[in-house]
Amino acid sequence: MAENTQSLVAMFDKIWPGESNPDEVNVGDYERIGSVVTGAVFFTYGLARKGLLAKILAPVGGYLLQRGLRGTCAIYQAFQINTARQGGNAKATVHANRAIKVKRAVTINKPVSELYSFWRNFENLPSIMDHLEAVTVKDKDHSHWVAKGPAGTKVEWDAEIFREKENEVIAWKSVEGSSVPNAGTVQFTDLGQERGTEVLVELDYEPPAGVIGAAFAKLFGEEPNIQVQEDLRHFKQKMEAGELPTTTGQPSARES
Amino acid sequence: MRALCWFGKEDVRVEAVPDPQILNPRDAIVKITTTAICGSDLHLYDGVIPTMEKGDILGHEFMGEIVEVGKEVHNLKVGDRVVVPFTIACGNCFFCKKGLWASCDNSNPNAWMLEKLYGYSGSGLFGYSHMMGGYAGGQAEFARVPFADIGPVKVPDGLADEQVLFLSDIFPTGYQAAENANIAAGDTVAIWGCGPVGQFAIQSAWMLGAGRVIAIDRVPERLELAATKGKAEIINSDTENVVEKLRSMTGGRGPDSCIDCVGMESTGHTPDALYDKVKMAMKLETDRPTALREVITACRKGGTVSIPGVYGGLLDKFPMGAAFGKGLIFKMGQTNMHNYLKPLMDRIEKGEIDPSFVITHRLGLEDAPAAYKTFRDKQDGCIKVVLKPHEVTA
Ligand SMILES: NC(=O)c1ccc[n+]([C@@H]2O[C@H](COP(=O)([O-])OP(=O)(O)OC[C@H]3O[C@@H](n4cnc5c(N)ncnc54)[C@H](O)[C@@H]3O)[C@@H](O)[C@H]2O)c1
Ligand SMILES: [Zn+2]
Ligand SMILES: [Zn+2]
Repeated sequence: MAENTQSLVAMFDKIWPGESNPDEVNVGDYERIGSVVTGAVFFTYGLARKGLLAKILAPVGGYLLQRGLRGTCAIYQAFQINTARQGGNAKATVHANRAIKVKRAVTINKPVSELYSFWRNFENLPSIMDHLEAVTVKDKDHSHWVAKGPAGTKVEWDAEIFREKENEVIAWKSVEGSSVPNAGTVQFTDLGQERGTEVLVELDYEPPAGVIGAAFAKLFGEEPNIQVQEDLRHFKQKMEAGELPTTTGQPSARES
Repeated sequence: MRALCWFGKEDVRVEAVPDPQILNPRDAIVKITTTAICGSDLHLYDGVIPTMEKGDILGHEFMGEIVEVGKEVHNLKVGDRVVVPFTIACGNCFFCKKGLWASCDNSNPNAWMLEKLYGYSGSGLFGYSHMMGGYAGGQAEFARVPFADIGPVKVPDGLADEQVLFLSDIFPTGYQAAENANIAAGDTVAIWGCGPVGQFAIQSAWMLGAGRVIAIDRVPERLELAATKGKAEIINSDTENVVEKLRSMTGGRGPDSCIDCVGMESTGHTPDALYDKVKMAMKLETDRPTALREVITACRKGGTVSIPGVYGGLLDKFPMGAAFGKGLIFKMGQTNMHNYLKPLMDRIEKGEIDPSFVITHRLGLEDAPAAYKTFRDKQDGCIKVVLKPHEVTA
């Protein structure tokens, strides 16, 4: 590694004190520099301008900045991915500096096992996730996903489960070369007597046009956090109430 | 079918609309035999509840006959006579299991709207804006009832529609208001608002052991009903200083429990009432808490304030200092309806109460638009309007 790269990274470690534990660093040096540069550009652009795009770019930039400076990425930790120590980003399906990161939780009044087995059968997921068209399970670890893309397009990819512990966690990632590289985990935690099960989803994906693409998606109201929140709400409704509440198809004096 | 639809402030019309269909396995369709106009509907009529859309069907107090059930509804069959609670609840979530039915997690398809406004969303409601779920209401010939396996309650033979209709909202609402007021035997309970909710709060306060009930309003015939049917002492807020009067009536201590059955559109002639009226008209304020301020000021130290009256947004000049200084207890919210339908039905069946005493107007659906105005303006001695959607009035 070039000397100036190392000194730059050493400088980042100083700028973000308290996070300098080298064991926690899981983002590779080049990625860290990339994060800082992109983050700084977005952040300063966002702060310097008014308007919606600026409002979106500033926090995205802020996130990238701190990620680069800290050298840690929460989602990498969850996936046990380490681009810092394993050299390059061979294991990382998703380029963390281009990824949209989503983290949402919901509490469901059902036992872990029931929730786990519903989710583990990925073919169930389109019934609770609006943006999914179909999931086909190919074998124990492999599945094919079809999602609704922008403007009536379809987005497809193959996914594999790379970590699984029954009634605890499922982690998946898209296989090499997907058009929408993505990786995610869902964790199930029993909260004890009558408090239900916490379901925590962490999702990382690279939108086709990178971070800017998602920024534009945000402009049009397809904010990924909200999407995942609604998916989890539907999961809860399906499991607890047995159906998703709806008013689609009810009368009003608007039709005809 | 014919249904009463909202088109804007003070603009409701009876329109021809499609019949409702079963949309989910736990749905049922009810042919509505009797329905009512509620004080809550007046907040919609006055345009102070956001997220209404032109063409929405109103009404949340209704009963009738089951004409169709979804495949997961096993406890009801075609022909059953039922009363339907106005809050829609799944019966299985954390909140339903705790008896907090009005906080059901799973019945509002537009939960995200209320989450933006309030942080978390309550249950869906019939005919009460899109943020409350956008469900078509029951001032219509038919209605679709979601989660029909746990909401509607069968009416025993021998009880007339008018005796049980108010189990759909105002009787349980008055009852919960009294329960929330922490009434100990012999307590003095003051109740603001002698509309239908106030009338049932008065009745319920006695049921729960009140020693004295004092009712406050500005409409003479409503005060009169509170005095005759409700056996309450009365204060006319137009001619008396309510807080002073309550102080002198309670030996200087103040009422133990105070119940606000007025809600966000309180009226009056005090300077703060005028202030609210102007601010609300200029859309600088969402609610007019005139009565609530009085409630807080009048309540004794360590007393309980129970609020069944509906509030929607942000309140101005809310006397938080007084509430804190006196260590008041607050309880409020939409009624957790499902807790009350059966027990109160039993009381009606035993003859302990006949809720039909509040009815002043019996009309057909076509009369509903005029009836909204009569009810809102307290003309013609109007206290409660019931509508018969399948009967043509002369
Ligand atoms: N919590 C619930 O679940 C629930 C259910 C039903 C109704 N409500 C609410 O309860 C309230 C009352 O409903 P209602 O059907 O009896 O309505 P209503 O409009 O018939 O009654 C309100 C009464 O308050 C009186 N009033 C107005 N300003 C006053 C003041 N400053 N002091 C004393 N009295 C005053 C009016 O004269 C009227 O008689 C409404 O806000 C309604 O939305 C709540
Ligand atoms: Zn009502
Ligand atoms: Zn529920």
